[in-house]
Amino acid sequence: MSNDILVITEHMDGKFSDVSFELVGKAKELAKALGGQAAAVVVGGGVDANVFASDSTIQVDDAALSQFNPEAYAKVVEALVKEKSPKVVMFGWTVTGMDIAAWLSARLGVPCAAYAKDVRVEGGGIVVSCQAYGGKLTAEVAPEGETAIVACLAGSFPAEAGQGATAAEKIASPVDLSGLKMKFIEMVKPAGGDVDITAQTKLVSVGRGIGGKENIELAEELAAKLGAVVSASRPVVDAGWLPRTRQVGKSGLKVKPKLYLMLGISGAPEHLEGMKGAELIIAINTDKKAPIFNVAHYGATADLFEVAEAMLELL
Amino acid sequence: MNIVVAIKHIPSIADDVPVKGNNVDFDSVDFVLNEWDEHSIEQAVLIKEAVGGTVTVIGVDLIGELDNALHLALAKGADKVVKITADDPAADSHMQAKWLSEAIKGMGANMVFAGVQASNDLDGQIGPMIAAYLDMPYIGGVSSVEANSDSATVNKEFAGGAGAKYSVSMPFVAGVQAAPKPPRYAPVSKVRQMAQSATVEKVAPSGDASSGLTFKKMAPPVVTGHAEMIEGSSKEVAAKIVELLKSKGLA
Ligand SMILES: Cc1cc2nc3c(=O)[nH]c(=O)nc-3n(C[C@H](O)[C@H](O)[C@H](O)COP(=O)(O)OP(=O)(O)OC[C@H]3O[C@@H](n4cnc5c(N)ncnc54)[C@H](O)[C@@H]3O)c2cc1C
Repeated sequence: MSNDILVITEHMDGKFSDVSFELVGKAKELAKALGGQAAAVVVGGGVDANVFASDSTIQVDDAALSQFNPEAYAKVVEALVKEKSPKVVMFGWTVTGMDIAAWLSARLGVPCAAYAKDVRVEGGGIVVSCQAYGGKLTAEVAPEGETAIVACLAGSFPAEAGQGATAAEKIASPVDLSGLKMKFIEMVKPAGGDVDITAQTKLVSVGRGIGGKENIELAEELAAKLGAVVSASRPVVDAGWLPRTRQVGKSGLKVKPKLYLMLGISGAPEHLEGMKGAELIIAINTDKKAPIFNVAHYGATADLFEVAEAMLELL
Repeated sequence: MNIVVAIKHIPSIADDVPVKGNNVDFDSVDFVLNEWDEHSIEQAVLIKEAVGGTVTVIGVDLIGELDNALHLALAKGADKVVKITADDPAADSHMQAKWLSEAIKGMGANMVFAGVQASNDLDGQIGPMIAAYLDMPYIGGVSSVEANSDSATVNKEFAGGAGAKYSVSMPFVAGVQAAPKPPRYAPVSKVRQMAQSATVEKVAPSGDASSGLTFKKMAPPVVTGHAEMIEGSSKEVAAKIVELLKSKGLA
């Protein structure tokens, strides 16, 4: 065992996601406190890996890893963790990290702390703050044993601290990748032809509180009066009330408008990932304890229909 | 096609989640079906409708109230329902995944579905853990599954509408993010009928696993900022928002 931290980075289309840099930055801080080293792991080629401020970077290159493949990536990470016995393995709690972190935990019998917002060193071990129950509770957990997996929410740490130029060491896959049961077929591109919500200065964003497809019109009217476009939380899109192109959040788009007016959105961590950088956030929600009020600049505990209709009269 | 859907009964987050000591106060919270489980049940039933087969829904009964969720699953098209009688509201994902795997092991599943996550997955989700315990591959963030004879074409979502298509040989475990169609509605009369006529198979928990996490503290988040609250009637709120937007040149 060691006091090292292994960061499993993420990349797509030749670019690392911000969370990779965020994790490397945090890993450096933790490694320093623990007296170990922070190593970045890049699974797959097709990306310039000499971009981290890590103590070392390993890039595993193999044809089977040229696209994200949950089975192949998981096997590679498992082999590396077994070989290096790090103190902490850091993942992003993202659409790709979520495929591997808990699998590895059960596979190796080591703890996993998910939804992590912060990690600190305490008495030679780590304590992880996790944002669970849709953001309604924060749990502080201490993993037992010599290795722990921590899966962090995107946007939890500054990305700058992880940026650097450490030269990556290229290695072949530490595990045999023939006979995989999962094969990548093709990328699926987002449907085009709709407005680009990331290019808007004003968004009126609706959540499940809007209640049904027939009520989207009210939001459209309000948006039209404000010179805004309607965006949405995921359940609205899953229900088929608005197209996927309008979804803001972790599995949607990241937006940074001047105005983000929220109608009936609770403020789940996955939604916040997509909009917390907006300049002015105003939230209308009937639940006075909705987590969104911890993030919005202005809020009102009110019925969205009443407020939207009254606004229409005034605009 | 033999599809098993593993579900999770979880504390409701619709209201405040009460805390007792270092964990949720399980006695004073309502338990509900994890919202993503509705999608994995829907996905399973859609496959059954397309190619035939059976859908078995299985969950850990933490507080003796899982039957409602299981009857609902039957009303939506599941063929068989099983509950693991644990009576342990604090059972973590590792524990539940272990019990579920032990029960699923003998079922000859071609595919196992689970919700992509649950809001109480502090130690990770049950889907990937079941995959690890059963030595099957796992793919999450799944937005559609089409079954062929011994493999399936699986769509995984990345972000912003992008995703990728994979071919996965059976058996495997998928974490369902969204079914291709919104989960169907089951009429109350049908659920009631299931409650009267259906049998819920009971299985005792078998196996042991633990998250290895010690809970040091559980509390509502320490709020570093809070919205400035606009008070008054809805009309007053609307007027104040419009005024605010005008003052910032946004309306
Ligand atoms: C891997 C993954 C990725 C995800 N990606 C995304 C993503 O990209 N984007 C996203 O949004 N979510 C995403 N989610 C889902 C996320 O976890 C939440 O489920 C979702 O954000 C909740 O949406 P909501 O706030 O609209 O609904 P809810 O949480 O149900 O909230 C509805 C709110 O409306 C309020 N309300 C109800 N009626 C009224 C009324 N009349 N007036 C005012 N308020 C009212 C309620 O008080 C409540 O707060 C993802 C989840 C997973 C697992």
